[in-house]
Amino acid sequence: MQRTVLLAITLALATGLAAATAAPVNYQLPDEVAAFKPGPNLEVVKGNCSACHSADYIKTQPPMKDRKGFWQAEVTKMIKVYGAPIDDADVGKIVDYLAATY
Amino acid sequence: MFDRRDLLKGAGFAALAATLNSTRASALDTVTLPFANGERPLVKYPQKRAMIGLTSRPPQLETPFAIFNDGPITPNNAFFVRYHLSDLPYNLDPDKFTLEVKGKVDKPLKLSLKDIRKMKATEIVAVAQCSGNSRGFFEPRVAGGQLANGAMGCARWRGVPLKAVLEMAGVQSGAKQVTFGGMDGPVSDKTPDFVKALDIAHASDGEVMLAYGMNGEDLPFLNGFPLRLIVPGYYGTYWVKHLNEITVIDNVYDGFWMKSAYRIPDTPDNSIEPGTAPKATIPINRFTIRSFITSVPDGAKLKAGRTTLRGIAFDGGKGIKEVQVSTDGGKSWVSAKLGKDLGKYAFREWKLPVKLAAGNVELKVRATGNGGETQPDTPRWNPAGYLRNVVETVRVSVA
Repeated sequence: MQRTVLLAITLALATGLAAATAAPVNYQLPDEVAAFKPGPNLEVVKGNCSACHSADYIKTQPPMKDRKGFWQAEVTKMIKVYGAPIDDADVGKIVDYLAATY
Repeated sequence: MFDRRDLLKGAGFAALAATLNSTRASALDTVTLPFANGERPLVKYPQKRAMIGLTSRPPQLETPFAIFNDGPITPNNAFFVRYHLSDLPYNLDPDKFTLEVKGKVDKPLKLSLKDIRKMKATEIVAVAQCSGNSRGFFEPRVAGGQLANGAMGCARWRGVPLKAVLEMAGVQSGAKQVTFGGMDGPVSDKTPDFVKALDIAHASDGEVMLAYGMNGEDLPFLNGFPLRLIVPGYYGTYWVKHLNEITVIDNVYDGFWMKSAYRIPDTPDNSIEPGTAPKATIPINRFTIRSFITSVPDGAKLKAGRTTLRGIAFDGGKGIKEVQVSTDGGKSWVSAKLGKDLGKYAFREWKLPVKLAAGNVELKVRATGNGGETQPDTPRWNPAGYLRNVVETVRVSVA
């Protein structure tokens, strides 16, 4: 009897607690598994590209005939359109890596 | 400049939110989508079943196509996910959530979820489809998310008409557009925040909705919890997730995501010569009409004789008038039987008993809308990889 009452109180408290604190979503993504392929200037690429997106953004792009032109356009888009703070000196290094690796 | 708070936040509420964070990274397997460089991991995210992983940050998940054969409603845990910017509101508190309505209104509003849920609710069954759905099939290939046909889904959305909220706020004369912002944003303050706009007449049409419910449940987090915009018949780019800011403006919004991105060629069929650049563009808008065979995957081996083909069709809101199927590579066509009509914005099921003779067979499906528009035999092309709606072909070997 006493245990039942205690259980009821515990449940009531737990329910109250849940109503008050179950709110924050705390959604947790799985760990990122995609990695950049090995290649020239890899550290420069990681340091610049990873700030905004995962490596699979690059890895899943289609194989293009003009790889250098394609990746030059993409890096330019990241800088001009999305405001990526990439140093002028790094632009060529990143394009070389992408064209050689993807 | 880079705010990585949300990426670093840990398991503080782990015990209270076990259902949301019980999953470790796990590449279950891989699938290969039918275009060059189409290998993808199958990934498991909280609130989702195994999905095709396109990118992990921000998360982008494609629905495995076989799910579309299960019925005209796409389950919440299989619904595709598309984000542009990586700073998601992973720790949002629905009790503190506020939708702000401001700009050219008589009475600016701050509405809680409770306020919105107290209003008279409406429901609509509508397809959400990513503008870039099927981009991986473009030839020549184009940059962007390389999706097969799984960046679409159909759900029963529950919420309140945007019209009702705008009426509460009192739209002032001279209003031209309404803009929509969500709680997700860029990691760099130099990146344009994701904001979309609709003309005032469209926003007030009574169909555009603020939805909190999806197939009888709350929206999954990755589909915009706790509130998202529903723009029936329009591409998903307008269906702003984690919606918390509605602004009435007296001009045409010229932010990046309207003025420069999500544009289609301003030509009669919104396509141009493959590999060229358009002379003029307009914002992407309504879905093109599409249909799919869902019961048989490409490359299947089937037994000769009688079988029933099944699939789905949908369009930008006129509704599906007819679905025709060819079992001889497009030489002859037979009308399929349409399934239950869940509304003009929903997936429309179809089925057709056919008799297959031995050999290599090209199955084709073609829908016609109530407005008379149908699907082209050859793909239309545009540089962003939008609007694909060529007649789909499924190649099977019959023995």
